[in-house]
Amino acid sequence: MKKKGVDFLLLLAAGAAVFLLIAGLAWIGVIGEFYLQLISTAGIYIIVSLSLNLITGFTGQLALGHAGFMSIGAYTAAIFVMRLGVPLLPSVLLGGAMSALFGYLIGFPTLRLRGDYLAITTLGFGEIIRVVLNNLEGITGGSAGLKSIPGFSDTGDVMLDAIIKFAWIFVFFAVTVAVISNLVRSSPGRTIVSVREDEIASTSMGNDVARYKMLSFTVSALFAGIGGGLYSALFNYLNPSNFNFLYSVNFVVIAVLGGLGSITGTVLGGLIFTFAQEWLRVLKDFRLVVFGLLLILLMLFWQKGIMGSKELSITRILRRILGLGGKKE
Amino acid sequence: MFKKGLILALVLAFVATLLPACAASSNEIAIGTIMPISGPVSAYGTQARDASQMAVDEINAKGGVLGKKLVLYVEDDENSPEKTVNAFNKLVTEKKIVALVGGLTSPCTLSIVGEAQKRKIVLVTPSSTNDTVTDAGDYIFRSCYNDSFQGRVMAKFAGENLSAKTAAIIFDNNNDYSKGLKDSFTAAFTAAGGTVVATESYATGDKDFAAQLTKIAAASPDVLFVPDYYNTVSLIAKQARSAGIEVPMLGADGWDEIANNAGDEVLDCYYSNHYSPDADDAEVKAFVAAFKAKYNVEPNALAALAYDATYMIADALKAAGSTDPEKFKAAMAATDKKFVTGQISFAAGTKHDPVKSAVILKLIAGDAADKPKVTYDATVNP
Repeated sequence: MKKKGVDFLLLLAAGAAVFLLIAGLAWIGVIGEFYLQLISTAGIYIIVSLSLNLITGFTGQLALGHAGFMSIGAYTAAIFVMRLGVPLLPSVLLGGAMSALFGYLIGFPTLRLRGDYLAITTLGFGEIIRVVLNNLEGITGGSAGLKSIPGFSDTGDVMLDAIIKFAWIFVFFAVTVAVISNLVRSSPGRTIVSVREDEIASTSMGNDVARYKMLSFTVSALFAGIGGGLYSALFNYLNPSNFNFLYSVNFVVIAVLGGLGSITGTVLGGLIFTFAQEWLRVLKDFRLVVFGLLLILLMLFWQKGIMGSKELSITRILRRILGLGGKKE
Repeated sequence: MFKKGLILALVLAFVATLLPACAASSNEIAIGTIMPISGPVSAYGTQARDASQMAVDEINAKGGVLGKKLVLYVEDDENSPEKTVNAFNKLVTEKKIVALVGGLTSPCTLSIVGEAQKRKIVLVTPSSTNDTVTDAGDYIFRSCYNDSFQGRVMAKFAGENLSAKTAAIIFDNNNDYSKGLKDSFTAAFTAAGGTVVATESYATGDKDFAAQLTKIAAASPDVLFVPDYYNTVSLIAKQARSAGIEVPMLGADGWDEIANNAGDEVLDCYYSNHYSPDADDAEVKAFVAAFKAKYNVEPNALAALAYDATYMIADALKAAGSTDPEKFKAAMAATDKKFVTGQISFAAGTKHDPVKSAVILKLIAGDAADKPKVTYDATVNP
């Protein structure tokens, strides 16, 4: 069998093993339902942070409005499910598509320019979306929020529901990791990285820089929207005030914490970010102070984030363990 | 070396959190409270939490409930609906609570009512006045009245006690609480034969209201209704007086704490509230004295409501004789007793919104200059 085929099977097996391990531990009661929900929340954070990492970490364009794209995906999916009776899967994908459309429209004028324009535009965009959602009362429920959004399943057994939630999010997480890691290793992906390293040099090589920035930004908006669609089904409630500027900053923190330009890093960053806030609950009122301190310490000792721009290759580790003798890349 | 130690510590902490926490022991009944202990409305959240804790301590000192001790588990929601959902799941699955006091603001409560109904957890919100909170089902209660009731009370008070024929309204278009009050006030005031001569809006966070207030001044209403929280109200009040609006301003329970946050411009204004700390009433006096002795601060309305919510839960558990959700819920619905914030009962066959009266408070000149104080003015029944 070709190396690629073996790698694909290895990754599929590794993914299934991780899923079965967590779901199995939950089923026999070792992982509580609450922690499974927390892992699912972390999964959504990771999906959105990975999408941010694509534009900020790999393309080198700072974006500060991913909560806006997420809210577009979330509201689109929720409205398709609730008002039009569309099943969840197409609704989530439509949410992603709608978000990608907005990403394209915003990226079109801004990404032709060089510099930090994207940061300012996305920041403004995130705020505009929030205000629009607040005022489209008939459709979005306005400032009271959108209530009783159907979840992933309703089997009557809360543990089974929690596992189904986790399964959905895990599959989307795996797809996001696969698409983004394959994209950055493809020919357009290499061009995208060259834009980050030096835009002028990349242009002089004959690359259409604006087009590749657009590609990266649209894909980024797509996954942020999909993350939002999953969010609406996980939390069953949407409120525009939740998707504010500080919410966007959470994803920047996760991406920087894990390491800009590292997919493994973002996954670790998302897990640490979500769980650290829970561990620190024992500190009661000082929780947020200590959380800030922890972030400062991490950044002092790992200036480039936990992983820097390195990756942990699952296939390489598995090949070594299984003795398949894959050569170093 | 240090890095490796830090990684090891993080991994261990990660694993530790995954292990299930030990459930409440068999001689305890767990109840939970989710409050904004941090964030923009933490002043309300901390007092509500303290009041619930005080109620639990008092109940335990008198022998607890069903021969067991009540234990209160507190979670912080940071005033975020997302955090409220996680906090609720944690309390239900890890602490096995049978009832919840919370959340404080309506969006936070709305994010968990569906789940509470599904899992048969009795939820009593002390302060979420949004009309739709109790739509979720028969496990959802509140110890406060709702927004449409409050709007009606103020409209009735304006028409009957202040003999107002015309009214103007200035409200926050981004805030559901403010919008709800505007709608119910307008409906009730118009139905009673009055006329709303001007309705002006602004957005959350606005600081300058000159344009809207000039229009209102030109319409010369008998009263001005300002349904918002105290921090915005104090800004509007000052600008309204300089725009030449001298008529009384009316507000709702969001004005609680206004006396500590505004000057002479709010004199002779009225607002509806859930209780008056200086009312001549045995329950109120006992509660205010106990709270002051314990926490050294005068309790606000939210503290009183959270205290009442906790007692409603304890009384219903006693009446039900067990923690069985069906019996407990039925006993809750049968509540009919005088609490700190007044007589609370639920009309049979309706949503669980309490039938109770509202207190109207008036702002009068205080002892020091430019320091108004609050006094009890009237009690209004719908």
